[in-house]
Amino acid sequence: MKTLITIALCLLSFPAFPQEGKSIEKLAFGESDEKIEAMAALVASGTVKAAEILQALADGELNTSGKRVLIVQGDSAVDAVTGEKLAKVPEDKEDIIVNNRVRRELGGAIAALRLVSPKVEVRFAAAKELLGSAEPAMLPLVRKALATEANAGVKALLEQIAATLELKAEDRATRLAAVQQLASARNSNTKTLLIDFLNKEKDEDLKSEARKSLQAIEGRLAWGERVGVAFTSVSLGSILLLAALGLAITYGLMGVINMAHGELIMIGAYTTYVVQNLFKKTVFFDWYLLAAVPAAFLVAAAVGMILERTVIRWLYGRPLETLLSTWGISLILIQAVRTMFGAANVQVENPAFMSGGVEAITGVVLPWSRIVIIAFAVFVLVLMYLLLNKTRLGLFVRGVTQNREMAACVGVSTARVDTWAFGLGSGIAGLAGCALSQIDNVGPNLGQNYIVDSFMVVVLGGVGQLAGTVYAALGLGFANKLLEAWQGAVLAKIAVLVFIIIFIQKRPQGMFALKGRAVES
Amino acid sequence: MTTQRLYGVRGWTILGLFSAVVFLVFPIFNLLVGPDSAVHISTYWVTLLGKIMCYAIVAVAMDLIWGYTGILSLGHGLFFALGGYSFGMYLMRQIGSDGQYRQPMPDFMVFLDWKEFPWQWWNSDSFWWCAMLVIVVPGLLAYVFGYFAFRSRVKGVYFSIITQALTFAAMLLFFRNATGFGGNNGFTDFRRVLDIPIATPQARMALCAVTAGVLIGTLLLGRWIVTSKFGRILAAIRDAEARVMFCGYDTMYYKLFIWTLSAILCGIAGALYVPQVGIINPSEMSPANSIEIAIWVAVGGRGTLAGAALGAGLVNGAKSFFTQAFPEYWLFFLGLIFIVVTIFLPQGVLGLLERIRKRS
Repeated sequence: MKTLITIALCLLSFPAFPQEGKSIEKLAFGESDEKIEAMAALVASGTVKAAEILQALADGELNTSGKRVLIVQGDSAVDAVTGEKLAKVPEDKEDIIVNNRVRRELGGAIAALRLVSPKVEVRFAAAKELLGSAEPAMLPLVRKALATEANAGVKALLEQIAATLELKAEDRATRLAAVQQLASARNSNTKTLLIDFLNKEKDEDLKSEARKSLQAIEGRLAWGERVGVAFTSVSLGSILLLAALGLAITYGLMGVINMAHGELIMIGAYTTYVVQNLFKKTVFFDWYLLAAVPAAFLVAAAVGMILERTVIRWLYGRPLETLLSTWGISLILIQAVRTMFGAANVQVENPAFMSGGVEAITGVVLPWSRIVIIAFAVFVLVLMYLLLNKTRLGLFVRGVTQNREMAACVGVSTARVDTWAFGLGSGIAGLAGCALSQIDNVGPNLGQNYIVDSFMVVVLGGVGQLAGTVYAALGLGFANKLLEAWQGAVLAKIAVLVFIIIFIQKRPQGMFALKGRAVES
Repeated sequence: MTTQRLYGVRGWTILGLFSAVVFLVFPIFNLLVGPDSAVHISTYWVTLLGKIMCYAIVAVAMDLIWGYTGILSLGHGLFFALGGYSFGMYLMRQIGSDGQYRQPMPDFMVFLDWKEFPWQWWNSDSFWWCAMLVIVVPGLLAYVFGYFAFRSRVKGVYFSIITQALTFAAMLLFFRNATGFGGNNGFTDFRRVLDIPIATPQARMALCAVTAGVLIGTLLLGRWIVTSKFGRILAAIRDAEARVMFCGYDTMYYKLFIWTLSAILCGIAGALYVPQVGIINPSEMSPANSIEIAIWVAVGGRGTLAGAALGAGLVNGAKSFFTQAFPEYWLFFLGLIFIVVTIFLPQGVLGLLERIRKRS
């Protein structure tokens, strides 16, 4: 394989310049300016050797010994100019000092040389990296790479790089071609380049062409931005939905103001952490979530059922007292977790399949973790819908909600249904915690961050309405992200809260109020 | 219907004893008895007492709105903090050029490279202007918020939750540097009040005594309100609002009045709190703080006023003790108080004492 690469690279490369040796020496012994000059010369040569030497410099393997320049790898040393192998690594070898400025240039130079790599992915990545940061000295190399490039995607990128470089050309026709070429660009660097160009250019025809290209790019960029905002909105909406779904049962259906809801989410997240630790040393680590999801549900549900049996049961029909005592529970749970796991955040690692992302359009990367969470929110929603509408427990829960006495009369054990329903709501909070552990810090205060938000979702959506909860979560997600793009995160959040406060004045029962005539409940 | 007396003999006696402790015992043993003496009361205790009395004022204000009118506010910390910030502006201006940067602007503004005061700080070097803000800012906010909330008959838990959202939103707002109130550091490092150095024992004692005066005034005012006919209607609103409305009362204005008054009292308490504790920052507005106020009232006994003040003293006394002796158990203890009081002591400590007295 290695020989193959070498052959491929040799086919690409020009015959070695006689001054290559000089460049290497300048690179090794020169001042920063000379080093950068030498690098540019090496990049322009585009040879395998140039790539090797620059890589060696970046890795700290390029050393000097007297007047010679050596590539030292472990115990072997090779003369960088002549290619002669040395018998042993000389004693007097010295590192070449690479300061920050040189290092920055070095990165670009190596990327430029990667353009002639035989692997399509490597070339593609290198071309993307260079887009917008290419130096004029790289133009010959880019042209050369362009001449042999077979892959359409890489070719398009290379053409753009060439065009950005040719914007500064002397020849008017070249500039015109470059400007027209850039109309198909998709990144913001090109936009700034064109704006610069507009400021400097004297020729009116060229200017109008540039404006056209600029418009085309801006239109495309705006689309990319819109897709990005839409995605983050849906993502935030799904997170809010997960956090609020459990509350939609305990508060929406049962009328229990559960201020400890956030802490049940936190318990789910910590359960995920514990399960992750159990899987850490095994080969199944990537699949720990399969165990963590049910574990988070069961642990949170168990805690919820215990709470219902011991505390909340005594406070039905006294919502304000419920609020206070569940707040007390939340304090105890926070402190319990702090005592058990410490006050600092714990590390929950994503499984491999959730890292990275998928690129929807150029420049807009959708992280897998977010996509998985959106899917998970839909899954939980469907699960809850089926549980409430298709199972016996769901029937009982709805019956008890609508008319407790009548349900009791026909033989439903309302107390038991309360416990199960509260357990279900708590379990779903646990699921939310499991999901949040993948994207948020897991610490004792995790729940506090979500409690206000989840209440807002349920209140906005209207009590007792699953559909309302979904609409409210997505609506709040969109409102938050749109305002955020416009006014910054903190003001957006404040605006949303104020909006909810005003909204409740108008529709005190939420968006989807159950119709009724009661003066007060 | 006979109008109730303000206090019985027992009530006046307790109030008199309390005044004697704050106005005589504390100054004498703090200022006149030397620090070597065994009976010396250190300035730490004076400041602690002053702080707890500020909390007690808040608790009494909370009792008026929750215990008597049945409206649970989870945003009273906001009014408290607004009063504190209003007076804090004056205290910041009183630092003068003695800050770390030796410049006439407050340190955080120098740090942010601001050349002139933002509009919120207009006239903030005037004591009377800031004292007015202490009353007007919380009062106005409460009035506007209450007007819209009560007009659309938002009540019960919904009201509680939107007050919580309100204080949460305000906290986020005050955390921003651009809001102009020092961001998350808030105001601190005060030097003087009314050109008198603030850190001397005499100044501390004076602030403590003023707080005690305001607390006693608040108790008397509250007692006067709840024993009046107006107070009876408040209690009626709490027990059956619909019936009160059917009797022809417009409950909105009753609620609005007591709600605004409660907010103003909180603002005054906040203004007294800041010079004694020496710091005010946005975390005072966190929802957790506001809920804690409710538990002070619940511990002492709802609908008793004096009980609320007692509850604030008990809970905060316990907090001072726990956070020093066993810091990790404080939240367990506080959480347990929340649960035990709501389930087993709906009448609070005063109710418990009453029950014990009746049994014997």
